[in-house]
Amino acid sequence: MRAFGFICVALLLVVAGCKKEDAKTPFEGFASPANFPQPTYNFAGNAVTEPGFLLGKKLFYDGRLSRDGSISCASCHISFSAFSHVDHSVSHGIDDRLGIRNAPAIQNMAWERFFFWDGGVFDLDLFSINPIQNHEEMDDTIPNVIAKLKADPEYVRQFKAAFGTEDVTPTRMFQALSQFMCMLVSNDSKYDKVLKGTATFTSAENLGKVAFEQKCASCHSGILFTDRTFKNNGLSLTGDLGRARVTLNPKDDHCFKVPSLRNIAKTNPYMHDGRFSTLERVLDHYASGVQNTPTLDTLLKQNGQLGIALTNDEKANIILFLNTLTDETFIKNPLFAQ
Amino acid sequence: MKTTKLILGLFAIATLALSSCKKDNNTSDIDPNRKGDIGLHFDNRAGAQDLVLNTQTYQNALGQDVNLSMFKYYISNIKLINKDGSTFTYPKDQSYFLVNEADANTQEIELTNVPEGDYTGVTFTVGVDSLKSTAPLAERTGVLDPAVGAAGMYWMWNSGYIFMKMEGTSPAAPLDTASGTRPFFYHIGLFGGYSTPTINNIKTVTVSFGSSVASVRQAKTSAPEAHLYVDALKVLNGTTNINIANYPVVMANPYSANIANNYKEMFSLDHVHND
Repeated sequence: MRAFGFICVALLLVVAGCKKEDAKTPFEGFASPANFPQPTYNFAGNAVTEPGFLLGKKLFYDGRLSRDGSISCASCHISFSAFSHVDHSVSHGIDDRLGIRNAPAIQNMAWERFFFWDGGVFDLDLFSINPIQNHEEMDDTIPNVIAKLKADPEYVRQFKAAFGTEDVTPTRMFQALSQFMCMLVSNDSKYDKVLKGTATFTSAENLGKVAFEQKCASCHSGILFTDRTFKNNGLSLTGDLGRARVTLNPKDDHCFKVPSLRNIAKTNPYMHDGRFSTLERVLDHYASGVQNTPTLDTLLKQNGQLGIALTNDEKANIILFLNTLTDETFIKNPLFAQ
Repeated sequence: MKTTKLILGLFAIATLALSSCKKDNNTSDIDPNRKGDIGLHFDNRAGAQDLVLNTQTYQNALGQDVNLSMFKYYISNIKLINKDGSTFTYPKDQSYFLVNEADANTQEIELTNVPEGDYTGVTFTVGVDSLKSTAPLAERTGVLDPAVGAAGMYWMWNSGYIFMKMEGTSPAAPLDTASGTRPFFYHIGLFGGYSTPTINNIKTVTVSFGSSVASVRQAKTSAPEAHLYVDALKVLNGTTNINIANYPVVMANPYSANIANNYKEMFSLDHVHND
């Protein structure tokens, strides 16, 4: 059986190799990397197809999803910064309005259990309605957006190609956007290449990896570099209650999603409100800036000490290691870029 | 006293006579394999009066004047209680309704394909059950489609339906300088949480038809109808009398449980008619 599989793969490779010369790479659909956990997205209800992905991509880059045509999803989720809003602390939306939180990277969405910094949305298909209708972001209404799409024969054609009929519905729009976002898989950083044995860390990166695993990986754990929970990481408090807005549980006051650190060097500024402009500032916070607030995560006050003990060398090496999580293949993938 | 007895006696005879008449036509032969229809009417009221939006001023139990501009609620998972002790659960996929005071059509729920029987009451959910609240988007159609049918009755940022929405103005509410009005907003939802237990404001209500029955028969040309009173003021009055001055806005927060506990008592029977 295994040999048969191997032969099939070999044949596929041969076929793919042949095709490459005369045509573009065939669309491969969604594939979970072997060393990633089970995806959480329900692909059974919305399998990724090439026309669905292309429709989602068109929608993602289309300003018509906003009231005046000025803001697309890509306005705040830019491919070259791993689909984050580099250099913007909080979202900048329509009419120069400001949101309250930092636009996070869109990557490895198929493994995400919750969306938003407070995890208020638990299904990727239910996510996109938010920025489209949010007053500070795109400020349109779904019926109005659907009317705009219906008026464009190219959209009607693409909805038909993706879903079988010409019905342009909100559900299909959201599903197409999910198909595009689920395809945004980042797993080809230097870190991944080292795991595969096709690259090696420098000695400083290695030291950084050791320090990272000792001091950061309790929360930023596993191949996705997040334990996918919500924590208070010791920031000075603002009025944003974070996870408690959703759970109404005071234990969750000021807790925010532990983000993945993949492509972290490309997604500055940092934290839920983008308060730290550099990774150096972030590590300084963990080393010496942690505030002892009531819901502070216990990992940040062990043995009566606030924060994480970090020497300057450790900080520098950790940043070198974090830089190995940058995935140029992903960031520059023409399949995803506008 | 004697006259009362006499009247009651006459009534009893009349009822017997009527039911025996019916028996000849209908009830002698209830066959649950035959299906009929039944209507549930939600007659929104303010105390003893018919509810009028915008133009009528009412008072809550604390004596605060209120003017309602919006009153909507989900009714779902309807079950009919049969006189024989059994219950008929209306097919779940068709059992979601959004009653809106501003749209008379939504206040009359027609249940079709109901097994023949004499029904003595109805049980329903006020709100949307947790299973449906977490179902895939493609399974949420009609009044449950967050982008269309449920627009305004769905929290986008905290995935979940608003079970009951009441808005209005009151002199007791703080002044909103932008609009120059004194608005209040009660948007009550919360289905118990997706992964972390949260407040659960899903309420199940049973309204008995009292001494009446709703006789569902296939042969009937007009379906029986149960008319329910829904007293909107009971959103504000009850175990917790809502002080609009202190709570002008209640949405996703713990105080919402008080309002949900109030409004589960707002349903009562007006009457049932069978023709």
